[in-house]
Amino acid sequence: MNEAAIHLKRLPGEILAIHLAGKWQLGKDVPSSENVRAELIARPPVRGIVFNTDGLSFWDSSILTFLVDIMKHCVEEGIKIKSDGLPTGVRQLIDLATAVPKKEDAQKSVVDESVLSRVGSEAIQFVKSTGELISFVGVTSIAIARLIQGKARFLSSDLWLLIQETGIQAVPIVSLISFLVGLILAFVGILQLQMFGAQVYVADMVSIAMVREMGAIMTGIIMAGRTGAAYAAQMGTMQVNEEIDALETLAISPMEFLVLPRVMALTLMMPPLVLYADLMGVLGGAMVARLYGIRLTVYLNRAIGALNLYHLFIGLFMGFVFGVLVSMSGCLRGMQCGRSASEVGNAATSAVVTGIVAIIVATAVITVICNILGI
Amino acid sequence: MDKIETHITISDLTMAYGDFVLMRELNFTINRGDIFIIMGGSGCGKSTLLRHMVGLKVPAKGKVFYGGISLWDAGSEERAQLMRRFGILYQSGALWSSMTLAENVALPLQQYTDLSDQEIAAQVSLKLALVGLSGFEEFYPSEISGGMRKRAGLARAMALDPEVLFFDEPSAGLDPVSAKRLDDLILQLRDSLGATVVVVTHELSSIFAIGNNSVFLDPETRTMIAAGDPNLLLRENNDPRIQNFLTRGQAEGTLI
Repeated sequence: MNEAAIHLKRLPGEILAIHLAGKWQLGKDVPSSENVRAELIARPPVRGIVFNTDGLSFWDSSILTFLVDIMKHCVEEGIKIKSDGLPTGVRQLIDLATAVPKKEDAQKSVVDESVLSRVGSEAIQFVKSTGELISFVGVTSIAIARLIQGKARFLSSDLWLLIQETGIQAVPIVSLISFLVGLILAFVGILQLQMFGAQVYVADMVSIAMVREMGAIMTGIIMAGRTGAAYAAQMGTMQVNEEIDALETLAISPMEFLVLPRVMALTLMMPPLVLYADLMGVLGGAMVARLYGIRLTVYLNRAIGALNLYHLFIGLFMGFVFGVLVSMSGCLRGMQCGRSASEVGNAATSAVVTGIVAIIVATAVITVICNILGI
Repeated sequence: MDKIETHITISDLTMAYGDFVLMRELNFTINRGDIFIIMGGSGCGKSTLLRHMVGLKVPAKGKVFYGGISLWDAGSEERAQLMRRFGILYQSGALWSSMTLAENVALPLQQYTDLSDQEIAAQVSLKLALVGLSGFEEFYPSEISGGMRKRAGLARAMALDPEVLFFDEPSAGLDPVSAKRLDDLILQLRDSLGATVVVVTHELSSIFAIGNNSVFLDPETRTMIAAGDPNLLLRENNDPRIQNFLTRGQAEGTLI
C-alpha cells in the first residue's frame, strides 16, 4: 500500500467522500485532481465533500496543491467543505495558503504589444539614450573645464593607479595581439606579392597598415574589452553599493571623482600603447619576411622608407580619440547602471559594444577626412 | 533642548517615479535636536523620502526646507554647502570599497577642510574610536563584518561633524545586541553633537527607544496618515493602521 491513490464515494445527501491513501510525495506519481473535479460537476450535483485519510502513510506539498485545487473549485461551485478528516498539519497549511486572498492588481500585466507600438517605444528609447549620451558628453566637458581651472576634485593617487592598470598592465596583451596581427598581415600579403616577385614590398604594406590604422584599431579594441568593461563594472558596482550616492551627498561630483581620472588615464596611455603596438606589428611582419628570405636590414630599411610622419601622427591621433571614446563609453554605461547584479553585467557588455562601435565609426570618419585632406 | 527651533520643513511634497506617484501631500516639520522616525510598511517609500531629503532625488512637486533655505531651489553651490552639513549612513554602509576605512573617513576631511595629514589622521582615529572600531584603520570594507561596516559608515557620516544625521534602516541585518548598541550610539551622538537625526526604520524597539517625533506613511492611501511622538501615537491615535503597526498587529489580532 505505497502508491498514492484516491477513492471517491458518494454518501447519502449528495456528499462526496474523498479517501486519500498511500504515500503522497512530490516527484512521484500522484493522482491528479481532474477526476475529482469531474465528479464534483457530475449529476446529481454534489453539495458537500468530506475527507478520509486513514490509509495515508506520508504526505508533502503534493497533497496540498491537490487539495487547494479541489477546494478552490468547491468554493467556486458553492460546495461545502468539511476538512476535519485531514491531518492537522495539512489543515493548518491550507488555512495559511488561503488566508490572504490573491492580490489581483499585484500581477504584472503582460500586454502583447503590437509591432507598431514596439517600434515606437524603441524609437523613443533611442532618442532618450541619445539625449543621455549628449548630456554625458556635456557634463564630462564641464568636468574637464574644471580640471583645467584646477577646481576638479579627485585623488591623484587614483589617477596613478589607473594609469598603471590601463597602461603598463596592458602591455603583454597588446604585445601579443599586435605581433600576431603584423604576422598575419605579412603572411597574407607576401603570398600575393610573391606571384609578382615583389615580396620585398611586404615591408611597405605591413608598416603602413600597422602604423596608420591597425595598431590604433587593435589597441582600441583590446582596451574596449579590457578597460572599458572594467570601468563599467567598477562604476556599476559602486552604483549598486550606493557608493556613488555617498559621493553625491558629500557634494563630491562623481563626474570629477570617478569619471575624470578614468578618462584621463586611458587617454594619456593610449598613444604610447599605440606606438608600442606599431612596433610589435612591424616586428611580426619582419619575422614572416625572414622566413621568406628577406633580410632584416632590408625589411627595416624598406619599412622606414615607406613611412612618413603623417602615417605616425594619424595613428597616434586615432589612438588618442579611441582612448576618449572607450573610456567615456565605459564610464557612461557604469553611471547608467541599475541596482542589481545582472545590471552590472549588462553595463559591462554594453560598454564593450558601445566602445567597439564608436571605434569603428571614428575610424571611418577619420579615414574619410584624411582622404579629403589628401594625407 | 531649551527652545524649540524648526530645522527641516517638508512642504506639500509629492514623490514619483515617472508617472507612478509613490506618496503625495507630505507635510511635516522636524525640530533641531529631534530624533525623527520615518516609518511605514515595507515598500511604502521611506527610503525614497530620505533620498528626497538628502538631495539625491528631485521631488515631483513640493519643497524641502533646511532652516528656511529650499534645498531644491538653491543654486548648485548653495545646495552643495547645505549637503556638506549632512551625514548619511546608508543601508549597507556604502563605504567606498577600493579604500581602507581610514581613507573612507578621511576623504570628506581632505575635500572640505584645510587640515594637515596628521590632523586628519587624528580625526579619523577619533571618529573610528567613537564607533568602537579603533585599530581597524587599514582594513578594507570587504574584510570586516556587516555590523562593523555600518559602524564604519557612521564614522564617515560623522567626519565633518554634521548638523543632520540620516540613517537608512540602521538596524537592518544587525543582531539585537548590536542594534541596541547602535540605538544607544545614536542617542549619545544626538546629545553630545546636538545634531538632528532622521531615521528610516520599522524596528519597533528602536522607534520607541529613540524616536521623539515621527511621520507614518501609508501605502494604501499614498500619503502620511500621522505625525508626532511615536509614544504618543501609540497611546492617543486610534487609527487602526497605526495601532496595528505599532503593536505588531496585536491591535487587530490577525497576521499581517
